[in-house]
Amino acid sequence: MKLKFETQKITYKDSFKLSSGREIDSCEIAFQTYGQLNKEKSNAIMICHALTGDQFCSGINPLTKKKGWWDILIGPGKIIDTNIFFVICSNVLGGCMGSTGPSTVNPKTGKQYGLNFPVITISDMVKLQVRLIDSLGIKKLFAVIGGSMGGMQTLEWASRFEKKVNAVIPIACSFRHSAQNIAFHEIGRQAIMADTSWKSGNYYGSKQKPKRGLAVARMIAHITYLSESALQRKFGRNLQNSKNFSFNFITDFQIESYLKHQGSSFVERFDSNSYLYITKAMDYFDLSSRKGGLTNAFKNNNLSFCFFTFTSDWLFPTSETKTIIKSLNTSNAKVSFVEVKSDKGHDAFLLDEPEFHEILGGFIEGQIIKQGI
Amino acid sequence: MKNNLRKDLKLISELINSNEKVLDIGCGDGNLLSHLMKIKKVECRGIELSQTGVNECVKKGLSVIQGDANFDLNDYPDHSFTTAILSQTIHAMIYPDNVIENLIRIAKRAIISFPNFGYWKIRRDLFLSGLMPKNSALPFEWYNTPNIHLCSIKDFTNFCDKKGIKINEFLYLNEEGENLGHLFNNFRAYQAIFCVSKK
Repeated sequence: MKLKFETQKITYKDSFKLSSGREIDSCEIAFQTYGQLNKEKSNAIMICHALTGDQFCSGINPLTKKKGWWDILIGPGKIIDTNIFFVICSNVLGGCMGSTGPSTVNPKTGKQYGLNFPVITISDMVKLQVRLIDSLGIKKLFAVIGGSMGGMQTLEWASRFEKKVNAVIPIACSFRHSAQNIAFHEIGRQAIMADTSWKSGNYYGSKQKPKRGLAVARMIAHITYLSESALQRKFGRNLQNSKNFSFNFITDFQIESYLKHQGSSFVERFDSNSYLYITKAMDYFDLSSRKGGLTNAFKNNNLSFCFFTFTSDWLFPTSETKTIIKSLNTSNAKVSFVEVKSDKGHDAFLLDEPEFHEILGGFIEGQIIKQGI
Repeated sequence: MKNNLRKDLKLISELINSNEKVLDIGCGDGNLLSHLMKIKKVECRGIELSQTGVNECVKKGLSVIQGDANFDLNDYPDHSFTTAILSQTIHAMIYPDNVIENLIRIAKRAIISFPNFGYWKIRRDLFLSGLMPKNSALPFEWYNTPNIHLCSIKDFTNFCDKKGIKINEFLYLNEEGENLGHLFNNFRAYQAIFCVSKK
């Protein structure tokens, strides 16, 4: 796949086996690293991105020319200090920023996968990340950190690869996708598939891309990332241009304009099919459905956890995290948990939330002493 | 950090043996837990309601969950800890009876400390002024106090009798935090520390 930007990449020549039983040949993982790996290789932090995130968590994103999605937290002298840590962030399997996904050319056919790409899971994404740290010669991560879908990945790390990580920081996430969350994702997928330019996923060669459908999917999803009170505070019933209603269907309200902007800017950087695959992976995620339930998922676990939730997050409410903590109480894990007061909804984990940042910094400091780096 | 541990907390820490697994309920800023972790190599967990308290604890490298002892103790399995500590908190609980029974369910023993409402100065103040008593352990006004279930030493020992809870050890302290004898404890003691378990 030709990319419009530079990123680090590793290609695995052998076939990569998926949870579904299918395999991917020549699987590629695109990633960015920040800071220096120390001699002992003990200072590596894996950052897991959310549904529409990418590997550019710090510095300037070369595609959007904007700050990386977690630049507020990651960088020299910041909470996740790249003067101390070697930060790794990879594009998830199924993504569209360089890792193998539906927009990648299938080496067998010479054509882009489209819907021939196998359905992937959160577990598959993490398995590829594990291969990445193996390739980088890292035996054990200092920490794995992520919010939302990134948080699901951190839980997968804790459940399946507990020997390869010391500390786990799941933020604004859950051990499973709820019925409501699946419902919102399905509306998004239906919006994409209803776009006539989608053409059952075979739009890569054509000029017309299913931008309308993807924009609508993004608009719906974006509402779930905010809170009612944040929307009211930010936009209220304010009108966009005039003092009076237009009495037609152009944009009247500021909130309409905002959502349209969110939709149209998103389609410039994201692939519709990737959106289908990644939302599906999130919907499939349920640690409690595995053998022995949630308690078994963290059995004999002695990792250090620091969970964060936000009071106004209705997409991943605090009660979900409390359920995880309940089952962690039966293991030997060292668990910290904070519910941060915020009216910014699910998106709070990406924003300037001093309380959240302060506690996260404190936990990391404690881990530096404990792990002795 | 070394010497600023409250006197009653210091006495509690002396009751803890090395290498125990301890749960501190209402652990505040985590001073007791971090003291136990450093001095006695105790495996520590904490529950704290206030966010500022949890912040301080997490910053100290402690494993602390933001939660409410009234409800969240139900989530812990039996015998998960050797000792559960409830210092200066029982009188602010909505269901003190439920909390105490939970403590001795999830831990082999519970250490509970509280201000003694039978203390002679409290009796005197109420008797002479006719106003709700206040002191350094009970600094609030009647209308804003979180202390909704105050009790005397006698109330507590009666409760243990009634519920079949075994009192293993007790310490009665004066206002300076010094250990008083057993004599007229409900009259003389400013606060009390009890170590209890199932019979």
